[in-house]
Amino acid sequence: MPDFETWNEQRGGEIIAAHVQEEGAALPMLHALQEAFGYIPRAAVPMVASALNVSRAEVHGIVSFYHDFREAPPGAHVLKLCRAEACQSMGGDAIAAAAIRQLQIGWAETTPDGQITLEPVFCLGLCACAPAAMLDGKVVGRLDSTRLSTLLENVRQA
Amino acid sequence: MSLISEIDFGTPVSDAETTVTVTIDGFAVTVPEGTSIMRAAMEAGIQVPKLCATDSVNAFGSCRLCLVEIEGRAGTPASCTTPAGDGMVVKTQTGRLKKLRRDVMELYISDHPLDCLTCAANGDCELQDMAGAVGLREVRYGQEGANHFDAAKDQSNPYFTFDPAKCIVCSRCVRACEEVQGTFALTIDGRGFASHVAAGMDEPFLASECVSCGACVQACPTATLIEKSVIEIGQPEHSVVTTCAYCGVGCSFKAEMRGEEVVRMVPYKDGAANHGHSCVKGRFAWGYTNHRDRILKPMIRERISDPWREVSWDEAVGRVASEFKRIQATRGRSSIGAITSSRCTNEETYLVQKLVRAVFGNNNTDTCARVCHSPTGYGLSKTFGTSAGTQNFDSVDDADVILVIGANPTDAHPVFASRMKKRLREGAKLIVIDPRRTDLVRSAHIKADYHLPLLPGTNVAMLNALAHVVVTEGLVNEKFVRDQCDGDAFADWAAFVARPENSPEAASHFTGVPAETIRAAARLYATGGNAAIYYGLGVTEHSQGTTTVMAIANLAMATGNIGREGVGVNPLRGQNNVQGACDMGSFPHELPGYRHISDEIVRGLFEKDWGVHLDAEPGLRIPNMLDAALDGSFQGLYVQGEDIVQSDPDSKHVIAGLQAMECVVVQDLFLNETSNYAHVFLPGSTFLEKDGTFTNAERRINRVRKVMAPKGGMADWEITLAIAKAMGVPMHYSHPSEIMDEIARLTPSFSGVNYAKLDALGSVQWPCNDAAPEGTPTMHIGKFVRGKGNFLITEFVPTDEKIGPRFPLLLTTGRILSQYNVGAQTRRTGNATWHGEDLLEIHPHDAEERGLHDGSWVRLESRSGATSLRAHITDRVAPGIVYTTFHHPDTQANVVTSDYSDWATNCPEYKVTAVQVAPSNGPTAWQTEYQAHSHESRRIAHPAPLPAAE
Repeated sequence: MPDFETWNEQRGGEIIAAHVQEEGAALPMLHALQEAFGYIPRAAVPMVASALNVSRAEVHGIVSFYHDFREAPPGAHVLKLCRAEACQSMGGDAIAAAAIRQLQIGWAETTPDGQITLEPVFCLGLCACAPAAMLDGKVVGRLDSTRLSTLLENVRQA
Repeated sequence: MSLISEIDFGTPVSDAETTVTVTIDGFAVTVPEGTSIMRAAMEAGIQVPKLCATDSVNAFGSCRLCLVEIEGRAGTPASCTTPAGDGMVVKTQTGRLKKLRRDVMELYISDHPLDCLTCAANGDCELQDMAGAVGLREVRYGQEGANHFDAAKDQSNPYFTFDPAKCIVCSRCVRACEEVQGTFALTIDGRGFASHVAAGMDEPFLASECVSCGACVQACPTATLIEKSVIEIGQPEHSVVTTCAYCGVGCSFKAEMRGEEVVRMVPYKDGAANHGHSCVKGRFAWGYTNHRDRILKPMIRERISDPWREVSWDEAVGRVASEFKRIQATRGRSSIGAITSSRCTNEETYLVQKLVRAVFGNNNTDTCARVCHSPTGYGLSKTFGTSAGTQNFDSVDDADVILVIGANPTDAHPVFASRMKKRLREGAKLIVIDPRRTDLVRSAHIKADYHLPLLPGTNVAMLNALAHVVVTEGLVNEKFVRDQCDGDAFADWAAFVARPENSPEAASHFTGVPAETIRAAARLYATGGNAAIYYGLGVTEHSQGTTTVMAIANLAMATGNIGREGVGVNPLRGQNNVQGACDMGSFPHELPGYRHISDEIVRGLFEKDWGVHLDAEPGLRIPNMLDAALDGSFQGLYVQGEDIVQSDPDSKHVIAGLQAMECVVVQDLFLNETSNYAHVFLPGSTFLEKDGTFTNAERRINRVRKVMAPKGGMADWEITLAIAKAMGVPMHYSHPSEIMDEIARLTPSFSGVNYAKLDALGSVQWPCNDAAPEGTPTMHIGKFVRGKGNFLITEFVPTDEKIGPRFPLLLTTGRILSQYNVGAQTRRTGNATWHGEDLLEIHPHDAEERGLHDGSWVRLESRSGATSLRAHITDRVAPGIVYTTFHHPDTQANVVTSDYSDWATNCPEYKVTAVQVAPSNGPTAWQTEYQAHSHESRRIAHPAPLPAAE
């Protein structure tokens, strides 16, 4: 499971510095920050802006544009359920409803125990194995509600 | 009078030279290649409906209202993003387009409040106009669906509100902030239906990077971004084009009025200096014009410890005349003088110097340019032959390398800075020579290729080193020098700069900048294409200010960067009319047009026209007047619109001089620091209350137009006339245009200027005469005004103001965006929100050594005096350097500055003072004592009301 670091400015600065020379550095930088901290801390936005010599409004525009970038820390585990057309046609809606029922949270919310965050995603490129999901960065295909329950039980106990 | 409504062409102009002809709705239109169909249509007077397009920003193609049909092409392309092609046949109105547009409008209106009648933009709303234009009659979707009506309004900015409930997310504000202003403070947050305009990281506007220039408000098609004054007052009913009274950029504005009340100031697109852009000062900070502190009645008092007494104009002017005559009778003709104002009009300045020369009978006239750009006038006249910058602002669009020295345009000349930044974003290279890391060194999308953070006071060493590289590395433009410059002068100069003591290696010892950086910057300047130098008071306000100006001129001549677009030497002048005040003969040694008073022929010209005898001896400069006051020989001073106590160096000396005078007359909008020592106060008028002209940093003569009656009863020029009359020498003018006619008659560089021409052309740049009837945008084309360009030897002499154990830090002073000069105007506006006090910038290292925290009170002490203010810890300044502004009288930064000055012109050395900084717990004894007197001096004893019968 992803073990996110807690935000600290020095570490954030190192991550930013590691990508600053890349062409089109903003997205790689933001991905790296999210990988480390689980989200894009608000305090990191002006640092990214300064490193790229752009305004913090511009960086905020990028972060808020992409659903994948989180503005708050996620739970210990992140379940992304595909909501795109192919998965919907293969029963994705029922799985989504089951997940919401089981976790008792809405989209982009985290269970009160801080264990699981549920996020929608639009196509994981796994249409042949629809309905698909991604749990802590690993893709899961041919999902049904039983399998979903098992997956969630397993990560909770891990 | 009616409301001036400017045409919005929808997309920017194309500067292509080839043209295309397109047929739009049956009319053939010929436009430059690259022009959008939308713009081409508007050129033919055909308005294509639009929402997301406006001609200040590039086409975006998001609103889908401007769709057109093109013969032979499928679909309905957007006319804003589709360039007009030769032979194209376009239809802007068809049944299909009408339906599409109505559908689009329906969607917009389904998420827009229908409160038009109570909306502040009612009557000035493009959404409303477009609903009418497309014939919207129903909204099938209703308004009950998802909408943004509950979005909270942001009122944090003092001047405008942001109401996202009314926003159509056209991005015009975001694009204006980026393309026009160059601040990039706005963005679109989120995507899809959640998209909304956000300042910074979705912060309140005030907390964001927003600099309140107003470009977004200007661009907004709805009431989303709207001036608070419009919300309060309502829509204007007429407008008058006039010129901003703040900095030397000289932006043209429409004063939009309801009767005599200003509703808002809107930047004017046809303004040649600003092309429709503005900054927070000109756009919004005009509230001082009707501030309750304004003095509207003349006042007199016997002693400076007395309260003021309101009197009639006759009594006040009579007092001035009788006192001045009495002083001259007892102390001689030279015992009185005047200071002209760089904030008043050319005509008013001209009159004050005429009053001195023709009525006082001496040449004791000086001006605040003494303390800012006097070295520019002197230095450029000795090298090029003209006391002014060589270009217009538009020239920056053709610059490939921009060298900024001792100037901070993003704060002090913000509208020009936006132009410069636009050019830099297009790829021009940038060299910044400044002790501080200004915004030009590094800010969003701007990065100096070389920043040379020199020690204050070493400009000449730096420029000589740059010149050394040019000469010794074979980078001189020999053809230019041979054809246009004085060969002997060049040879002497080249030999001088080539000496080892002028090498970058030697200079690095004084400047603290590595030799390699200096060499690289010099190579870039000399070989990077069109290279333009822009400079400010960081050049002139030094003991070697004039030398620095000459060194700049030398560098430009040696590299051939003079006499065409994109190059030149450009002083960024501080006050709105400081160029004009100098042009108008404000200096004691010069008649209008920079002609020496000792020149018999010139003097004869004025003597004949004025019917008086003129003194051939130059008069006293401001510092000399103050010295003469202390020895008793100078006893009467007329100060028009200048606050020398706050703005001039060594405040204690200024005050002592004023205190020694028998009659000090201050003419101003407000009781100021100088009026604390005055005996007569004459209420001045603002730029809104009179006609006249201002001359900006590009030598551009712009009209100032009256939009209301003078609140004190008289315009400034009328007050000067009243004094002349009371002194027994009446002058006869019924309108400032007649004064300009006299200026034109007597001044060759102005001979073609008159109000009719200014009204017709909008503005002209002097010289404007028979040779150049429409003015001169670029000077010295093919030939210098003085004949051959003159190279002058510029030996570096370190200032006498040196750091030592007692005063180990160097203080340099500057400006901040939201405040202007002594702050008399801006402090009395919402701009105080951004800058409520002067702060001392100090490097973290120096702060730590002294145990200072951000916001700590510190005592700032020099050999001249001490003051207290709060510290701001920042690495914008290098270790060993501290920086502050002088906008606030509570701080009185000039108590600290020394009385060292430029060798040639007496321009004070504001930019270098050795100081010590120590923790403090409050104001110094001087501040307390001064505040007490200042407070006393603001008392006004109102006379008992007269009996009703009288």
